[in-house]
Amino acid sequence: MGFTFKKDWWKFLGLALIMYSVIVGLMMKVPDLDMIHQSIRNLFYHVVMWFSMMVMFIIGLVASIRYLSSFDMKFDRLASQAVNVGLFYGMLGIVTGMEWANFTWGTPWTNDPQLNGAAVTILAYFAYLVLRSSLDEDHKRARIASVYNIFAFALLVVFIGILPRIANNSLHPAAGGNASTMASLDTSLRIVFYPAIIGWILLGCWIIQLRLRIADIRNRLMERGIQS
Amino acid sequence: MLAREIRFLIAKDVQLELKQRYAFNGILLYVVSTIFVCYLSFTKIVDPETWNALFWIIMLFAAVNAVSKSFVQESINRQLYYYTLASPQAIILSKVIYNSMLMGVLSLLCILVFSALMGSFVTNLPLFLVALLFGSFGFSAVLTMIAAIASRTNNNFALMAILSFPILLPFLLVLMNVSSSALTGGDWSENFRYLAAIIALDGIVIALTFVLFPYLWRD
Repeated sequence: MGFTFKKDWWKFLGLALIMYSVIVGLMMKVPDLDMIHQSIRNLFYHVVMWFSMMVMFIIGLVASIRYLSSFDMKFDRLASQAVNVGLFYGMLGIVTGMEWANFTWGTPWTNDPQLNGAAVTILAYFAYLVLRSSLDEDHKRARIASVYNIFAFALLVVFIGILPRIANNSLHPAAGGNASTMASLDTSLRIVFYPAIIGWILLGCWIIQLRLRIADIRNRLMERGIQS
Repeated sequence: MLAREIRFLIAKDVQLELKQRYAFNGILLYVVSTIFVCYLSFTKIVDPETWNALFWIIMLFAAVNAVSKSFVQESINRQLYYYTLASPQAIILSKVIYNSMLMGVLSLLCILVFSALMGSFVTNLPLFLVALLFGSFGFSAVLTMIAAIASRTNNNFALMAILSFPILLPFLLVLMNVSSSALTGGDWSENFRYLAAIIALDGIVIALTFVLFPYLWRD
């Protein structure tokens, strides 16, 4: 098969955008804010991870809903791979966030609604993977895992989206009636921030595609093994 | 039609419970002995925060224990028989209602025993009780759904805890906020948004259960 630019342009675009965000994100001049100083550059890596993670989980959610409406196994495989990639991004997001928190707030972990929300989301999706591995029949696993995925996602979105706003005591911006991050985000930061998000999402889609192909090859090998 | 099926199914569960006295007495004993262990290890609690945390942790584990039996206690064959008689929505809603009645009674007994042994810090009792009842309704709705999921797997008790704790945390945090304010003399107006959040969460859970349970059932 090989690469054809016509079909695989988005992979190159994703890589190019990530390279752009790394190089320009470290080289550009950033506004020097109180307390954060130069570490505002972490916005291009830490915050971007959470956005990409949420997009991966939304892909997983849509795939689960489509599985339940069509019972096509291809959507179940897509959902599980999207969750895998989302979890990977989530772990990176936690690591970069702890680094940043250690610098600005003086401790890697604080009792902050958004930190707790992130930790709980990751726990719930690990539970999703444990649930998958405890069921061995394909169609049953697909159906039950899809139900849990939809159920968990709906409640976790409430947890991350609504609770920090009523709890009113987050250290993060955009909580407690502050202006949202996006509104106060400097224009010069935006020209790196948005491309970085798109780049990581495209990279995530590429990883999902590769993992789906690997799973497909494994299935075929196994079937051939059974037949011979 | 749905209401009629639900009424019969709840009556069936209540009769079964009255006859066997298995789930309720077991959970009651579990709650009392847990509280007694806490009493012996803490002897005296001096600040409301510890009281609050301890109470809700006991409630959480009691809820997981009480609800986890709801799908396991009946054999697969008997469940098959129910499903030929009633719609899946009626089955899950009747389980949710029955479990929340069970949890409601349990949580009232739990607060009674807990305050008798550990002393009570509650200053705004009506607020605390309202939070407790809405909370135990939410707990039992989420846990009934998770019990239905876990009953389809091989090791269902371990999975029950793993699957439900992350999802129960939104409830738990909001409830602990309300109850800690009820312990330190808060009034209704400042807790209004928390109570609204709990009711909204309850509504979301019921809607999801209603839509998703038929897929769990179809085998």
